[in-house]
Amino acid sequence: MTPDTLTPGTLTPGTFPPGTFPPDATTVRAVHDDFHGDLLEVSMGPHHPSTHGVFRMNVVLDGEIIVKLQPVFGYLHRNHEKLAENISYLASIPYTDRLDYLASLTNNWAYVIAVEKLASLTVPERGEYVRVIVGELARLINHCCLVGFLLNDLGTSFTPLLYSLRERERMLDLVEELTGSRMMCNYMRFGGVRVDPSPDWLARLKTYLEGDFPKFLAEQDALLTGNEILLARTQGAGILKPDLAINAGITGPMLRASGVDYDIRKVERYSIYDRFDFRVPLGDHGDTYDRYMMRMLEMHESLKILRQALRDIPAGPATDPKAKSRGLRPKPGEAYGRIEAPKGELGFYLISDGSPQPYRYRIRPPSFINLTILEDMCLGQTVADAVITLGSVDIVLGEVDR
Amino acid sequence: MTAHESFLDSWPAEKYAALLDLIPAQYAWLRWLVSALVAIALILAVFGLLFAFTTVTERKLLGRFQNRPGPNRVRILGIRAFGFFQPFADAVKALTKEDIVPAAADKILHFLAPAGAVFFTLLGFAVIPYGRHLTPLDLDAGVLYFFAAGAASELVIFMAGWSGRNKYSLLSAMRALAQLISFELPLLLVVVPVVLAAGTLGTSAIVTAQGGWSLGGLIPHWNVLTPWGLAGFVIFVIAALAETNRCPFDLPEGESEIIAGHLTEYSGFKYALFFMGEYFGIIGLCGLGVTLFLGGWQAPCAFLQFIPSYLWFGLKLVAFILFFIWIRATLLRLRIDQLTRLAWKLLVPLGLVNLGVAAFWMLTASWDGPVLLAVRWLAGLALILIPYVLLGRSLGAGLGPRDYRYAQ
Repeated sequence: MTPDTLTPGTLTPGTFPPGTFPPDATTVRAVHDDFHGDLLEVSMGPHHPSTHGVFRMNVVLDGEIIVKLQPVFGYLHRNHEKLAENISYLASIPYTDRLDYLASLTNNWAYVIAVEKLASLTVPERGEYVRVIVGELARLINHCCLVGFLLNDLGTSFTPLLYSLRERERMLDLVEELTGSRMMCNYMRFGGVRVDPSPDWLARLKTYLEGDFPKFLAEQDALLTGNEILLARTQGAGILKPDLAINAGITGPMLRASGVDYDIRKVERYSIYDRFDFRVPLGDHGDTYDRYMMRMLEMHESLKILRQALRDIPAGPATDPKAKSRGLRPKPGEAYGRIEAPKGELGFYLISDGSPQPYRYRIRPPSFINLTILEDMCLGQTVADAVITLGSVDIVLGEVDR
Repeated sequence: MTAHESFLDSWPAEKYAALLDLIPAQYAWLRWLVSALVAIALILAVFGLLFAFTTVTERKLLGRFQNRPGPNRVRILGIRAFGFFQPFADAVKALTKEDIVPAAADKILHFLAPAGAVFFTLLGFAVIPYGRHLTPLDLDAGVLYFFAAGAASELVIFMAGWSGRNKYSLLSAMRALAQLISFELPLLLVVVPVVLAAGTLGTSAIVTAQGGWSLGGLIPHWNVLTPWGLAGFVIFVIAALAETNRCPFDLPEGESEIIAGHLTEYSGFKYALFFMGEYFGIIGLCGLGVTLFLGGWQAPCAFLQFIPSYLWFGLKLVAFILFFIWIRATLLRLRIDQLTRLAWKLLVPLGLVNLGVAAFWMLTASWDGPVLLAVRWLAGLALILIPYVLLGRSLGAGLGPRDYRYAQ
């Protein structure tokens, strides 16, 4: 790749003295810019400790200050949408696990909601409760991970991350017991869920959510949330203004950190979310600290929902016995199913032509869309800020690249 | 020899002097040479091993802090020893790994930097008084010499950062220079009152000046037990963390930001040498901190003098190093501008104020009696704490926990 393809506009033969273009490969290459003078261009990623997978950002630096940032993704592209258009509706469910692999349960959920709309299927009461329970569990798992990894990006040499992962592991044990897999759950089915959780499982989840998990949250709050270095590092770093966030289509905790009240659980009240009493936290600054706090506060709210769901869950079938999964052929038409996934609005858009495969299968991935705005949040900040801003966006490359 | 000197202090010193006396007096230069070589060999052996076990202790302790066991697999001849043989396995690995020199590297600088990293940090060990009779080189300007040698290690980081022709290395070199120059100043400023109090730059004389006890041998006369010494010690520890690139000031190696910083293009034994240099730097600065503020090899209580002086020094040194590890397991990393701001806007002014506090303390040395002593202490503490609170408030202006609203 020649230098001028990396940062269009800033690196052209004309900006170099005669005879020095292309630049000598043995020198550290500087980008010349008439305003800033010589700048340093760094390709952070796809192999970098804190790009959360194979994400890459081409940054142009003036000292430590970012003057240009170009996100580059697609290294993990797996042809997900085209694959799904060539297999049956049912066979796509395990593929959706691999989108946001930290929260596969919510991926399943969004997909089955779209198919249920397309095929006009209904879910029994208990099924909805189970979905809410595992969906909120996925949110807890995801936010645990995010907080841990964000603090790791802040330079804590793994300590908070490993405590987050300890809690996540305990929740994953429960998930594994229910679904058979820690991360690739493949749990939801059209018209319900694959297995009905046993009363014993529900009781143990309840014990965990009443005891150790709130303790973990309190510990995290006590030890980290008020830490002066954390405040100094995150407050004012990577500010996202609400108007820009709305225009860019940002969703999820990132949007709410900018102060925009938009939670699909409240807006669309899909599934049975209208039955639960929970609040939506909102930030006022839209900086990294607000995004961190959104996750912390949302975990408290998720706990509330889980407690209510575990208290109210009715008996009965968890899956509609009449719902047909195998060989499903929805009538021609289209449907868009969306949920409030841990990372934002996760939507599946399906068009059926009456055949066993969807004619068109399109995903609205929250972390991909949330990522597009990275440059606006990072310009004028330092490299260190860019890293934590990226960390607070909460991306999973499986979902970004699909 | 004083009456209270431990037998384990005096006996080896006497025997060693007797052995040196075997060399005829007309060969004084040979005597000097042998004694110097013995000192060098001892320092390399003792601190080489201390380095090795510090690395494994750090990894084990980090493991415990992080709810995991840490390295515990290495066994030699079937003995596992809780993983404490790990450094030997690490050494074998480092030695047998391929040494990769990037094609674009400045090969000479790339080679010299790791050698310099160990060399310059080792120089400082010459002037540290390890025990009552154990100052390898009792220079009149020992403290000055230590910092001169330490300053050269900044050059080494810049050499390493520049020579690899790696952008992350270059960023790290920039950060390292800004950081080290910023924190050199507070480090030196807090040493000045110690020199003022002892009236000398010689390290062993500084330790001797902290000898003696009050209250029937219970309260030692260490510098850290004065208002200026306490403040100076705290500033010294912060600056020492920054000087040795330790968390929360590990910006030159900020893994999550610039990969491995100046070490990005190093592998194999050269990397191990940097590692060694870094730990020697920590041990050296901790040793100096012990010497300047914690009474060096002096025992904390008079009745504890039966324990040999070098053991006291070792205990204080190890405690210091463990504290560094604890900090690493706990804290987050600062940003480069916050770090330099901390140095210039907080530590340097406080260091200057501390000079005044030290002067006040020494001027009022004749104040006797518990009441006047309490007045001295309170005045000294107020003199340092009020500027600290004011400066700290301006530094953290606008930061703080927030209240969050909820949507209806």
